[in-house]
Amino acid sequence: MATLGELERAVMDLLWAREESQSAYQLQEQLTGRELAATTVLTVLSRLEAKGFVERERSSRPHRYRAVASREDHMATLMHDVLGGATDRTAVLERFVGSVTPEDAEALRRLLGPR
Amino acid sequence: MLIASILLGALAVILAWPVPVLLAGARWQSRSPAVALVLWQSIALAGGLSMIGALLTFGLAPFGDDLVGSVAALVTAAGGTGGVPGELQFWHLLALAGAVLLGGHLLLNLVITVLRSEAQRRRHAQLVSLLSSPMEHSPGARILDTPAPVAYCLPGPFRSITVLSAGLVSLLDAGELEAVIEHERGHLSQRHDIVLILFRAWHASLPWFPIAYGAQLQVARLVEMLADDRARRVVDDATLARAIALTGTAVPAVAESAVRQVGGPEPGTLLEVTERIRRLERLPNPLPRAANGAIIAAAVALIAVPTALLVAPALA
Repeated sequence: MATLGELERAVMDLLWAREESQSAYQLQEQLTGRELAATTVLTVLSRLEAKGFVERERSSRPHRYRAVASREDHMATLMHDVLGGATDRTAVLERFVGSVTPEDAEALRRLLGPR
Repeated sequence: MLIASILLGALAVILAWPVPVLLAGARWQSRSPAVALVLWQSIALAGGLSMIGALLTFGLAPFGDDLVGSVAALVTAAGGTGGVPGELQFWHLLALAGAVLLGGHLLLNLVITVLRSEAQRRRHAQLVSLLSSPMEHSPGARILDTPAPVAYCLPGPFRSITVLSAGLVSLLDAGELEAVIEHERGHLSQRHDIVLILFRAWHASLPWFPIAYGAQLQVARLVEMLADDRARRVVDDATLARAIALTGTAVPAVAESAVRQVGGPEPGTLLEVTERIRRLERLPNPLPRAANGAIIAAAVALIAVPTALLVAPALA
């Protein structure tokens, strides 16, 4: 049983895999083995649109969808949250180890000793 | 009420400067981080309470001996004259305005900090949900598909997640990974995010006040020690120390390639990391139970004293 979050991820993976925009029907066909209703795919797409991950081409019938930014762009944003120096941005998460400079890393390596 | 005002003012000064400076240098904090964390919260709360209380009691002094009664008297007097009551002189008005402004400022900053963090947290959680997959045999943990060895937790009001990267999973062995996950679980279950956000809001309200920033750093440091102590329940100290050091040494190499526009690392990070490892190497004995009890009692007294000064009518 896939959750809504897992479905959103599967749909985004399909949109990221291709340059051109795709219709809900095309996406539904590729989500093999899940036996999803077309309405479910449309629900997932509108949720992704509301979150700003997907944009809809309203000129075509049926509407076609494309990813707003690439997977790499999103990953860069996310890593910026995680590793970024600005305290305000990293404030939402609690890191196991914060960012350290290369010199710091060298000092740590000495501390670590041979493994 | 003038005496109460003077006492509250003195308490505010003591709590704003010498007490946090002394506590920041106290070694015993790493022996009983939980107790130290309680004390920091009590100092911050009592400091704010006595600062606002001092202004309030001074401004209301012409209207009687206790807070509730004098507020009522002020309202009646203001209603009767339809303006500023004659009993209030310039200094009283200034103090009252100061109390209202300071209280409002602190509350507003708290609300803004909470709302802003929540918006960022939600956006980050959405990105994580798209870019990660659930980790097997570890409910609530997700694997992020990136070589940077990162681990963190994202506390949420309803559902919290622990995020590990593929890079971290390949860097650490099973025991070390368990240490990381348990460390993050410690943050989540002890709701460290709430303590951290309170101190962040306090610092945001008083950005020019170095003590507030110092307190924020101290609290962040204690919270890491507490999470380490939680991890030590499932792995041995050496494994945890290795996990910390390995992650710390591997982060900068990838950080630069993964993120182009990163600002400088946060000050004091290395200090924190090495301090954590040193603490694990030579673990100090926890404070004796009596000492812990005494510190908790002091923390309670810090809140009780300004509260009593505010409501006790007999002190005039």
